[in-house]
Amino acid sequence: MSNRASLFVTCIVDQLFPNVGVSMAAVLERIGWAIDFNPAQTCCGQPAFNSGYRAEARSVALHFLDVFRDAEYIVVPSGSCTSMITHHFSELFAAEPARLEEVRSLEKRVWEFSRFLLEVAKVEGVGASYGCVATYHDSCHALRELKIKSGPRLLLSKVKGLELREMEIAEECCGFGGTFSVKFAEVSGGMARTKIESIQKTGADVVVSIDSSCLMQLQGALHRAKLPVRTMHLAELLASR
Amino acid sequence: MAANHPEKLSTTLADANLQLAIYAGTGRLIDHRKNAIAGDLLPDYEDLRTHANLLKKHTIDNLDYYLEQVEQNVAAHGGKVVFCNDGTEVADFILNLAKQRGAKLIVKSKSMTTEELDLNERLEHHDLEAVETDLGEYIIQLAGVKPYHIVAPALHMTRYDVADIFTDKLGIEREVVPEKQTMIARAVLRQKFLAADIGITGANFVVADSGAVVVVENEGNARLTSSAPKIHIAVAGIEKLIPRAQDLSVFLKLLGRSATGQALTSYTSFLSGPRRQGEVDGPEEFYLILVDNGRTKLLADPDRRQSLYCIRCGACLNHCPVYRKIGGHSYPWVYSGPIGAVITPQFHGVGKDPWLPFASSLCGACAEVCPVKIDIPKLLLDLRADVTAHKKEQGESKMERFAFQVFAWVMRHPRVYALGGRVAAAFGPKGGEWLSSAPWFLNVAPVRGWLSQRDLPPPAAKSFRQIWRER
Ligand code: SF4
Repeated sequence: MSNRASLFVTCIVDQLFPNVGVSMAAVLERIGWAIDFNPAQTCCGQPAFNSGYRAEARSVALHFLDVFRDAEYIVVPSGSCTSMITHHFSELFAAEPARLEEVRSLEKRVWEFSRFLLEVAKVEGVGASYGCVATYHDSCHALRELKIKSGPRLLLSKVKGLELREMEIAEECCGFGGTFSVKFAEVSGGMARTKIESIQKTGADVVVSIDSSCLMQLQGALHRAKLPVRTMHLAELLASR
Repeated sequence: MAANHPEKLSTTLADANLQLAIYAGTGRLIDHRKNAIAGDLLPDYEDLRTHANLLKKHTIDNLDYYLEQVEQNVAAHGGKVVFCNDGTEVADFILNLAKQRGAKLIVKSKSMTTEELDLNERLEHHDLEAVETDLGEYIIQLAGVKPYHIVAPALHMTRYDVADIFTDKLGIEREVVPEKQTMIARAVLRQKFLAADIGITGANFVVADSGAVVVVENEGNARLTSSAPKIHIAVAGIEKLIPRAQDLSVFLKLLGRSATGQALTSYTSFLSGPRRQGEVDGPEEFYLILVDNGRTKLLADPDRRQSLYCIRCGACLNHCPVYRKIGGHSYPWVYSGPIGAVITPQFHGVGKDPWLPFASSLCGACAEVCPVKIDIPKLLLDLRADVTAHKKEQGESKMERFAFQVFAWVMRHPRVYALGGRVAAAFGPKGGEWLSSAPWFLNVAPVRGWLSQRDLPPPAAKSFRQIWRER
């Protein structure tokens, strides 16, 4: 094992939540991994794909394939973007056997951050400590496409000072859904409010997720409702000490 | 970005009582299902789903064969299979038959297929009275609305709503106790059963090898509907076929549990033709109407075909966070929720309600619970691509298309992307302030949409790539 990981810092993290990327790098370095960050990277193309613009999504995917051609381990701070690459890139190249082969090779090299820690780096405790009551929000694509459920909770359970309290509807969608959040703003907002009601009931002061997009939605709704609950990406919690 | 979705969507969201009714109604069904498949109650649940999916796939892939088989087997029992293309043909057949037999009154038990065909309205145009006998269906028939939910047609109504409808339509004193309301409906409907000339049921399954129609229910109305009148007509979509009676051991285990959390519904009727010599009850004539109404269009594409696997359990509706907000009447057709969003555009063409496949956060809760494993999110994504292709042909949504072309171009040019991000951030509010309303320079639909519901965090001072470069 080379112990070198390439970060794919998703566009949302890069532009809006850079601290998530910084934290992810910090955690990986702490456990002995060297980090590559190729600044030619941009986005996975999911916004176009989910909006029905396949040709546009395909061209972004091609760029991604180029950028990460030689990366052995690609670590991503997002279940949704990971799933776009590992579950949907293949649909974009279904009729292109050569490209499809490239995608198949890529799929095996892309790791959602929490899964990378547990299954590749094989660590559970990363020496983090953060005193808080936390509740974990299962992001939909991580849960249902990547089947990530217990991993992040296991990692959280090793954070010193952190008490994890499950909310009733941990698995229910936060309502983000990309352009859905603005095209169907009222519906999306209603879903967020249902979710934060459940968050509130736990008495947690921090909501944790492995997707910054969900957290942006929840954070925005919590702030609007003037509730004193913070949102944190798993990487940020694990980087704390 | 205008989604052009119906007004109903907003009014439903704004109606606090309705929101509660939908949330509670679907919540109950969610709990019941969960308990019914929990742990060791149904240890082979996942295998059953896979099995059901494969059975449906096999049947739909070989539909012509099984249609022929069922036609022969129904005939062998003395019944008749009638193939109809659409609602007009179904209505014409029934009207003709009613005329020949001098029939005036029809009793019906719950059937989504006849709702799909607007059968009641079509019959009433010709002075045939068609009365729904399932309590929920009876209520919404009186109210003059379409079913709110595939399984629970009056899911959105409280007992007070029902009391109002009964008072208004039946001219009785206001009664708010559900048990008493049931008794009131029963008294009215018993008379109808006794006087009816024709009984119309739907079919949950049509079994090819035995030529039988299987109906599951809890109130016993389908049983009465199919046996009290002299004529029984079962109306089913062609996708309701299953190959063998033994396959029911898979489907019946899944249907009740997925729909209402029942291991088995109170009644499961196997209806196979008219009364035979020596039998004491049953109709004198039996017709099975098998309807296309657009289904063969879905057969053409091997991937989309799975939309026809649906056994109408309603689980995807209950678990859909969007359905739970916007309710059944926001959808353009009688089929609501995720499965409605998937089949409506395929039946009616993607140009008709182009917003529908987009009314989803793609959370995948539907696919997770679907007993026949229909990949609903994938179908929604495919339909989204169809919609944008259709709009391109029509020369619509040029701005949006252009925006995504720009997006893709920028994402292939990392320097432009990096610069663009910083320019956008520079335009954001200064001093770490949250946004709760759109400033003039950001007064565009997506920002307004976001801010109508949520605040926007202050932009990051530096992007990750900047921080990384400088470290
Ligand atoms: S799509 Fe699946 S979950 Fe939805 S009603 Fe049909 S069978 Fe049930």
